[in-house]
Amino acid sequence: MNIQEYFELVWTDYTLRTITLGTAVLGAICGMLGSFAVLRKQSLLGDAISHAALPGIALAFLITGAKDSGTLLLGALVSGVIGTFWIRGITSQTHLKSDTALGLILSIFFGFGMLLLTFIQKQPNANQGGLDKYLFGQAATLMESDLRLMIIVTGISLFVMVLFWKEFKILLFDADYTKTLGFNTKFIDVLITFLIVLAIVLGLQTVGVVLMSAILLAPAAAARQWTNNLGTMVLLAAVFGALSGVFGTAISASQNNLSTGPVIVLVAGVFVLLSFIFSHKRGLLFREIRFRKNRTDLKLMKTLQFMYGIAQEHQNISHPHAIRILNNFQGFTKGSLKKLENEGWIAIEGQQWAMTPKGYKQAEEMYNQKTT
Amino acid sequence: MSSPQIEIQLIAAIVAMACAIPGVFLVLRKMALISDAISHSILPGIVIGFFVTQDLNSPLLILLAALTGVITVVMVEFIQKTGLVKEDTAIGLVFPVLFSIGVILIAKNANDVHLDVDAVLLGELAFAPFDRLLVGGADWGPKSLWVMGSILFITISLLILFYKELKVTTFDAGLSSVLGISPMVMHYGLMSVSSVTVVGAFDAVGAILVVALMIAPAATAYLLTEDLKKMIWLSVSFGMFSAISGYWVANFLDASISGSIATTLGVIFLATYLFAPKKGLISVLYRQKQQRIEVSLITFLLHLNRHEEKSERHINHLQEHINWQAVRARTVLDLAVKNNLVEIEDDIVYLTEKGLAFTEKSLEYIISNKDEKIEPMKEDFFLFRG
Repeated sequence: MNIQEYFELVWTDYTLRTITLGTAVLGAICGMLGSFAVLRKQSLLGDAISHAALPGIALAFLITGAKDSGTLLLGALVSGVIGTFWIRGITSQTHLKSDTALGLILSIFFGFGMLLLTFIQKQPNANQGGLDKYLFGQAATLMESDLRLMIIVTGISLFVMVLFWKEFKILLFDADYTKTLGFNTKFIDVLITFLIVLAIVLGLQTVGVVLMSAILLAPAAAARQWTNNLGTMVLLAAVFGALSGVFGTAISASQNNLSTGPVIVLVAGVFVLLSFIFSHKRGLLFREIRFRKNRTDLKLMKTLQFMYGIAQEHQNISHPHAIRILNNFQGFTKGSLKKLENEGWIAIEGQQWAMTPKGYKQAEEMYNQKTT
Repeated sequence: MSSPQIEIQLIAAIVAMACAIPGVFLVLRKMALISDAISHSILPGIVIGFFVTQDLNSPLLILLAALTGVITVVMVEFIQKTGLVKEDTAIGLVFPVLFSIGVILIAKNANDVHLDVDAVLLGELAFAPFDRLLVGGADWGPKSLWVMGSILFITISLLILFYKELKVTTFDAGLSSVLGISPMVMHYGLMSVSSVTVVGAFDAVGAILVVALMIAPAATAYLLTEDLKKMIWLSVSFGMFSAISGYWVANFLDASISGSIATTLGVIFLATYLFAPKKGLISVLYRQKQQRIEVSLITFLLHLNRHEEKSERHINHLQEHINWQAVRARTVLDLAVKNNLVEIEDDIVYLTEKGLAFTEKSLEYIISNKDEKIEPMKEDFFLFRG
């Protein structure tokens, strides 16, 4: 199946439609909530939470024996929340820094999860198959009930986000001010963190524990490059996330042996790369172009200043001089002279140049910052 | 104990020691998460190395994979330098992408590569003794024992050789530059050692457990001491202890060894986090409570000192005026009486001479903005603490 066939089949084929919709919805909610994670400098919290969710899945299975994703994800949610609050406890009550706390919780919870998973595998009532799909995720196992769960959770988070939009925004940019205004910052903080945990847990089945953090971060990091407006950023991140989901699914479905999770991550990575380079305000390409332009502008002004120095020594400022005398000056090229002439600052006649009154005035006032 | 059992424990202990040493410096330099990033992003290096060498324990593969680890660090630093995203986002973007490339490389070449993502990520210590090093037909023991042994040897030698330099660059990069020790060289040296250790260890214990073995012992030790040498010794011992006891837990439960080592590390950390003498949660909370009461006590004494009139000094007045709850007022008053700072006559509170001296002195410190001197002064005046 090539990509074209995929897009034809997507409308008719049940499985393909479910998976595509699922990854798109997942990408959208992760992009949305990931924006907050990125702006709150909690990018790696996602990584820690997704790993911390693993023992919850295993425990949920051990206790209930159920294998439906609803029960397991509830377990994941609980253990993710415990991990998150433990991380907060470590950073606020001891002198260990957040990176240590994140790495610690991540690896220990994951190790505990592995202990439980291997323990379950050795149990006689071998109904345990399929638990390991949460490690790397299997989009192919998405069912319509999972999709429905995703859409409901996305709807709820969207609703909460719209409801608390003002609070989220103000807490994001000025936490102290928020407190002085009388908002319950602790509650808002916990609410945002909870939503992020929710989004991560939702994605575990599709992309797995290991790569979940990238789905959270990448769309938001890409969207950040295009705008300075929070609303636009959240919207853009949702679109990037959804597109990564769809294209990732399309590419992985059109090739053999490609699991969906890594491909979605790579597609999202491409979005980030393109945004880093081509964003017109912050991107590396346009930044370099701006640097170059500023540099040539500066050189031009230097040449003009030099001419001004010569012109000053004459009674008639428009007295023509040979171009030759500029040669020992660094900033001189044919192009720069042409540019100066186009600006109307000098007049060129044959091998001679003469300053115009306009150019004289420009040079005179350059250091007064009266000109732009 | 059978001989494979001893060998497994030996490998686990050596891996734990080799991880704990760079881990201490990563934790102190606030770069703990770099170990997480490296442990994931070496995957493409391992896969490509495996294409070339066809042997998971070959030194060439370890070097190739370690190079990927260092490249990760360089990439993260490059992205940080552009200023487009924050530092943590840079880490979070780089390693999943590299890991994904690794997973896809494995999937696309599944027929040629006898390599499993699960194996890389989780490792299986139980299989380590089966891969023997044969030299001229003689059995020299498990390969990974030799690999990790040499890595541990190199790490310890480097630690002893560059201990002073590592210490200075970790705690004061500016000073080290002045002394002519390049923080840059030490930084990349540490990164290279960490990469090599992670690569050497992943085969035996898996990429995630490597993170646990690097961070958890160091974090636990950091809660107990602030002396670098002690911290290194403590983390090495925690690492070894968890490695060996984790093995027996796994043996008992018939479950993953690496998982149970990580769990043991977690339990040790949890216990230290709760009960550490100075930095533990319980002692921190206790100290906070003590300080709250003592601050109230000083406020109360200042209040007494300020007011001559009896109505302001009546015992029932405390609640109304300073707006304290009954319990808190009682605690503070009891403490003041116990320490002989006040005396009570007919329900009127008077400052004793000692109380007066204490109050005047603290007032002086507060006015001259030397609040920090109050704490040692308490030692002189207080028989009982809050």
